[in-house]
Amino acid sequence: MTRTPEHTVIVAHQFENLEQQFDADLLGMWLFLVTEALLFSGAFLALAVYYHQYYDTFSAAARELHWLLAGANSVILLTSGLAVALAEQAADQGRRRAALLGLLATIALGLVFLAIKGYEYHSEYQAGLMPFLQQPFAYDGPNPHNAALFYNFYFVLTGLHAAHMIIGLAVLMVMAVLTWRWRDGARVARQVRIAGLYWAFVDIVWVLVYCSLYLVGR
Amino acid sequence: MIRDARTGPAPRHHYLNAGHGLASWFLTKDHKRIAWLYFVSITGFFFLGGLAATLIRLELITPNGDLLSSDAYNRLFSLHGIVMVWFFLIPSIPTTFGNFLLPLMVGARDLAFPRLNLLSWYVYIIGGLFTLIAAVAGGIDTGWTFYTPYSTLFANGAVLAAATGVFIVGFSSILTGINFIVTVHTMRAPGLTWFRLPLFVWAQYATSLVMVLATPVLSVTLVLLAVERVFGVGIFDPSLGGDPVLFEHLFWFYSHPAVYIMILPAMGVVSEVVSCFAHKRIFGYRVMAFSILAIALFGFLVWGHHMFVSGQSIYAGVAFSLLSFLVSVPSAIKIFNWLATLYKGRVRFDAPMLFAMSFLGLFLIGGLTGVFVATLALDVQMHDTYFVVAHFHYIMVGGAVSAYMAALHFWWPKITGRLYPEMWARVSAITVFAGFNLTFFPQYILGWAGMPRRYHAYVEDFQLLNVFSSAGASMLAVGYLLPLIYLLWSLRYGAHASANPWNARGLEWTVPSPPPEENFERPPRVEHEAYAYDTDA
Repeated sequence: MTRTPEHTVIVAHQFENLEQQFDADLLGMWLFLVTEALLFSGAFLALAVYYHQYYDTFSAAARELHWLLAGANSVILLTSGLAVALAEQAADQGRRRAALLGLLATIALGLVFLAIKGYEYHSEYQAGLMPFLQQPFAYDGPNPHNAALFYNFYFVLTGLHAAHMIIGLAVLMVMAVLTWRWRDGARVARQVRIAGLYWAFVDIVWVLVYCSLYLVGR
Repeated sequence: MIRDARTGPAPRHHYLNAGHGLASWFLTKDHKRIAWLYFVSITGFFFLGGLAATLIRLELITPNGDLLSSDAYNRLFSLHGIVMVWFFLIPSIPTTFGNFLLPLMVGARDLAFPRLNLLSWYVYIIGGLFTLIAAVAGGIDTGWTFYTPYSTLFANGAVLAAATGVFIVGFSSILTGINFIVTVHTMRAPGLTWFRLPLFVWAQYATSLVMVLATPVLSVTLVLLAVERVFGVGIFDPSLGGDPVLFEHLFWFYSHPAVYIMILPAMGVVSEVVSCFAHKRIFGYRVMAFSILAIALFGFLVWGHHMFVSGQSIYAGVAFSLLSFLVSVPSAIKIFNWLATLYKGRVRFDAPMLFAMSFLGLFLIGGLTGVFVATLALDVQMHDTYFVVAHFHYIMVGGAVSAYMAALHFWWPKITGRLYPEMWARVSAITVFAGFNLTFFPQYILGWAGMPRRYHAYVEDFQLLNVFSSAGASMLAVGYLLPLIYLLWSLRYGAHASANPWNARGLEWTVPSPPPEENFERPPRVEHEAYAYDTDA
């Protein structure tokens, strides 16, 4: 991986060598992802408890969501995952242009995802399915009170995921700039790989969000 | 040991004189200086929480609520709890001694992520600011537990500011935890295998695991609480069919392990101190390391014992009760092993050892009364009484704070390069021990007799014991203010410490006091197990 000669590689002062530094960086990111998984797990657990209690109401409420649009969004997001994986590989092989292209494609697909998500929110707002902020709640299915609980989860979980998307996009934009400048190829490759891990996490969480909100009861 | 071996010439260059000016402190990436940033800030929070405790004890001298209104009293004990738990106890040992010592103990130049380390301090300060804003804006009256639906729908205080403060400070814990785990995994010096690590490092490692695995669950719980309070996004709201007990589950899934975030580092400190002042290898090193991990693991499986009377299922209650008993096994192993370490040791009672001995006695009492409240039927009687208050103060103050004080005195010469006045330190240790027992032992009796916690008034029969308790609290205040004075004094007037004033083992004692900026001139190579005392003549 170390294509540049050893003496041009900058190792942070606390490490003995580049390998140790990379091990530390990678382990740090994995641990951070563990904490992220646990962050989502609390919300998923609460959702699971309520599914257990109000299964019929929740699955009826879930049918009002745009599962096809969100399905298309899943395809878009997973494709962005492919793009970032290709970018990682390209950076690792020292192919700067290909890496930059992969990152830009990832960012573009991520933005399309957020746009579609925004459209979904808008149509739910118009249909009166936002049971908070003193909005009229126009749900006409069974047990509207309990259904409101479902929509609350829908907005909290997808909102939390969207917040992570925005953070991820910011990270990827920084990576795109670093790749464009290409000061130290080996270093950029490691950074892109670590950023790619975060993006993969955002993808995987979306799959869980999609299955547990849109598809359960369908 | 010869007294003079404690003093020595000061090194010319060390981390304290490596840079001057505000920027050299507030933008530092040196783990030793970041530890100082934490020292100063958590000391501030400690005395803020202590001030609230003082007012609480003043109110409780008389049975009538004459000093404070019930509302003001509620806000005071909530502030006391929030500040002491999240802004003192949880960060206390890891962010100060952990930060300072972990790289030294593993033979590294710094933590794996120095910038992240500095960031975690800033995150801590921002979280602290939110909490201070909450206090200034009138405080909150929910208690430190933020139980819903009271906190989301009814409480009229700065709940959002306080919850935001706690949410933010959680990320400080997470960042510290990640940093420590990565450092222990990837940065140990050559020859420093896992089973050669000092138990302090094991304790920091286990604590970090708990921080990393539990804190995010609290974060998401507080997010759910916040969106419910601000936007009306009901998650725990009973009128939508939400379940307030679910909040309790999620809250305690963090907050019980949080108890182990507070006590595990303390156990690490006590292992170092006991072994040094008995001048003997720690008894049963491996078992000690494994029992630290076992406590961290069991800590995740017992949260339901806070909810025996909250309407969870009786089967859950039985399971949580049995699992809670299980925690006492590794804890008892540690107590016995510390005692066995003392046996036939050359025991000296310098101030750090006095504090460590306080820890042993008080933690034992706190632990044994924990078995009382882990008992399903008995807890129905004891729940929400002063018995519980006394129990957790024996663990948190008697255990964790005593160990913090032990660490402060033990490593003070290393951190500052100065010796503290030994006589005053012993006076402080004994005052704290006596004052602590006078404050909290009466509360066991009060709780047993049925005095409920969280009220500003009580029936007259309870007055005598409450007066004892308040008198003890004033002793405790003296015991904690003394070190503030003599430690600050020693910074200027204390004798210069030698590299190893306690004749202790461990890599941190091989470098000068205070250590140079880069810690080690060349990377150390470790050829011995930890606590190689017996090999010494």
